[in-house]
Amino acid sequence: MLAYIIRRVIYAIPILIGVNLITFALFFVVNKPDDMARMQLGFKHVQQADIDKWKQAHGYDKPLFYNRAPTEGNAFTDTVFFVKSVRLFAFDFGNADDGRNITQDISERMWPSLAIAIPVFIVSLLLNITFALIIAFFRASYVDYMGVVTCVILMSISSLFYIIGGQYLISKLLHLVPISGYSADLDTATKFLILPVIIGIVGGIGAGTRWYRTIFLEEISKDYVRTARAKGLSERLVLFRHVLKNALVPILTGVVAVIPLLFMGSLILESFFGIPGLGSYTIDAIRSQDFAIVRAMVFLGSVLYIIGLILTDISYTMVDPRIRLGVR
Amino acid sequence: MSTTKPNLILFSIIFIVIALVSPLEEFWQIKFVPLWTDLLIYVLVVAVLLFGIQVRHKEHLRVPWRHVLQRPLAMSALVVLGVYVLIGLMDSLHFRQALEKQQGQTETQYSGDVLSLFDVLATPIRVQQEKSYSAPFSAFLYAKETIETPEGQVRDYPRLQYGGRHLKIPAQDRIPNLVMALFLSFVATLLILLVVFVVVVFFVAHHYKTAFGDTMDAIVGGKTGIPFRAMLITFSVICFLVVVVVMLADKYHILGTDKVGNDVLYLSLKSIRTGLVIGTLTTLIMLPFAIMLGIMAGHYRGWIDDVIQYIYTTLNSIPGVLLIAAAILSLQVYLANNPEMFDTVTERADLRLLFLCLILGLTSWTGLCRLLRGETFKVSQLDYIQAATAFGTGHVKTMSRHILPNITHIVLIAIVLDFSGLVLAEAVLSYVGVGVDPTTISWGNMINSARLEMARDPVVWWSLVAAFVFMFTLVLAANLFSDAVRDAFDPRITRSK
Repeated sequence: MLAYIIRRVIYAIPILIGVNLITFALFFVVNKPDDMARMQLGFKHVQQADIDKWKQAHGYDKPLFYNRAPTEGNAFTDTVFFVKSVRLFAFDFGNADDGRNITQDISERMWPSLAIAIPVFIVSLLLNITFALIIAFFRASYVDYMGVVTCVILMSISSLFYIIGGQYLISKLLHLVPISGYSADLDTATKFLILPVIIGIVGGIGAGTRWYRTIFLEEISKDYVRTARAKGLSERLVLFRHVLKNALVPILTGVVAVIPLLFMGSLILESFFGIPGLGSYTIDAIRSQDFAIVRAMVFLGSVLYIIGLILTDISYTMVDPRIRLGVR
Repeated sequence: MSTTKPNLILFSIIFIVIALVSPLEEFWQIKFVPLWTDLLIYVLVVAVLLFGIQVRHKEHLRVPWRHVLQRPLAMSALVVLGVYVLIGLMDSLHFRQALEKQQGQTETQYSGDVLSLFDVLATPIRVQQEKSYSAPFSAFLYAKETIETPEGQVRDYPRLQYGGRHLKIPAQDRIPNLVMALFLSFVATLLILLVVFVVVVFFVAHHYKTAFGDTMDAIVGGKTGIPFRAMLITFSVICFLVVVVVMLADKYHILGTDKVGNDVLYLSLKSIRTGLVIGTLTTLIMLPFAIMLGIMAGHYRGWIDDVIQYIYTTLNSIPGVLLIAAAILSLQVYLANNPEMFDTVTERADLRLLFLCLILGLTSWTGLCRLLRGETFKVSQLDYIQAATAFGTGHVKTMSRHILPNITHIVLIAIVLDFSGLVLAEAVLSYVGVGVDPTTISWGNMINSARLEMARDPVVWWSLVAAFVFMFTLVLAANLFSDAVRDAFDPRITRSK
């Protein structure tokens, strides 16, 4: 098992290098640091001296890949590529355009993101599975039909509508909770967090329920279910004892892949509710064109995705004894 | 035979188009401005037509489509989609109108405004611009202003320039006027419906060789194979709305006006094209990559499979929004540094739209590619592929003639399933600031510029609601239709029934 995990981690390295090269190409090769400086400083009447100053202040004043004027054998390390890209592997994200340390920011902003993402994740998982089980129990009846149509309708509503509508109804008309904001204190934080969490859950019900329904229906059509029914078990027992247990395999593996990405937070939810998490951090960076932060988030996102992939494979072997690792 | 015939049709279409363009330009006094996205849309339309011809001639392809055609909900959705597509296509024919010839001028000068066929049809709601916000069907501006009257200055809601200008005393006349208009539209719709109903019954009776009366009973009772009753009901609802719009659009702002006084109905209708372009062209762009790489990975295996898997895992591991953001930010810098590349704002916005489709395609082909790779694995194990290999059929021919036709159902399901997600994604991306160009009219931009208006008092709700309703209708119709397509084509689902 340990050997397998190590091997998977080693496999992940070329993927991370690929991600790194893609982002480097997007940010430095398509547009030269000079272009970025001009963009940041405003286009009109920018002197070359100002550009040079900006580049020096942000550490872009080096050659891209190879430094022809090495001081002491640092022809490769004293370059933009090394400083801005290779150092990401050590989770050293450097400084944002406003001079703040990105690594520091990320570690602080992680917690508000998780405060929303984790409740949304757990509650919607339980809720969606429950709804899907109910729909599967009444399959091929009007309950099933109406349930699926409701899911499709819920799915067709833009997530922006859930947020804007929810904010308007709950905060502005009913004055139940403040419109937006955040507080590190637990008691007051609940007041701020409850609405985004509910909206996050409601927004995902349609797609989630439908997805779990297909998993359950696929499982129900299998042979062992017929056997269970043949030996006289009630439909309720079949569903809860046999189908649910076996359906947990695809559900669990799907869920595990998402868990690491919870750290990234929700882009629009956080931005609308003014929660200082990683999602709003990313949006603010995109809006103010702070490329250093965007680069850091891209790297962080792909690391988390790959961790999710590895966890998926491991969880497969743990819940399904038929799958053995390393044996082809 | 099946390959030569579509080719012939394709060539004749191109020939007819080329033959028509220059006389048309002369006749209508216009100059066509083919935008990149327009051209790709025409390519797509031709491709869909060719696909339809293929399907008609092949029994095994027709069977699943017949299942789709028999679902009432799916066919109603198709009627709605048809209306959206029609508007989108009319909005994809761009040209510049000729200006009036000055004295002694021989060459025709063309206006700098790029208009579409839809713009010309919608001229009243396009040009009737107010000063600022106004509520739906209102005759007054949203905010009070100082107005000069014979009795001196008064602070009141000023009358709109166009909305309700035919009313003498809006407070009294407006409601009777509207009720009258609605009643007239209702009557007009009934008349149109009657004609359409008779025509449909006539054609159905003619096609199935049944008696006219029996056909009518079958349609009214909802007993026809193709659910004509459901389609006619959907059609009548749409027809009523269209008639109302046609009757009232030049007298009122049916959905109000936005901050700079643009008619919200016009904006909502213009957004249809943007939504459709993003939903369809993205798939069109990514399809060749997904199909080619997916089949190659599954067919060759070995190191080719490894390389392709590496590429899509890498692309997949970058969070989609961030990859799009990174690419769009780079494009922004590039466009800002090279402003000389484009003549008009429209062309620049169009390029950004196309690029957005490209980037969305780049992030969304990986899922389909993985599916196709897996399916190719399965199909290659089948006897007839083994037989083809044993007979010495080349790799390329095996892949294109034997594997590809047997995995098209997956491609088709992916196309229809992706569409609605992409339309919704446009709104979110525009909110983040990496969507379509700010000058492009789209639901995302409408929502983005209107979301702060909810904080006003009284609330300016109409642009938001209009954008959401138009988007919701399109996405719901697409979802319902794609469900039917998936049910009909997915072999796993048909087996379990």
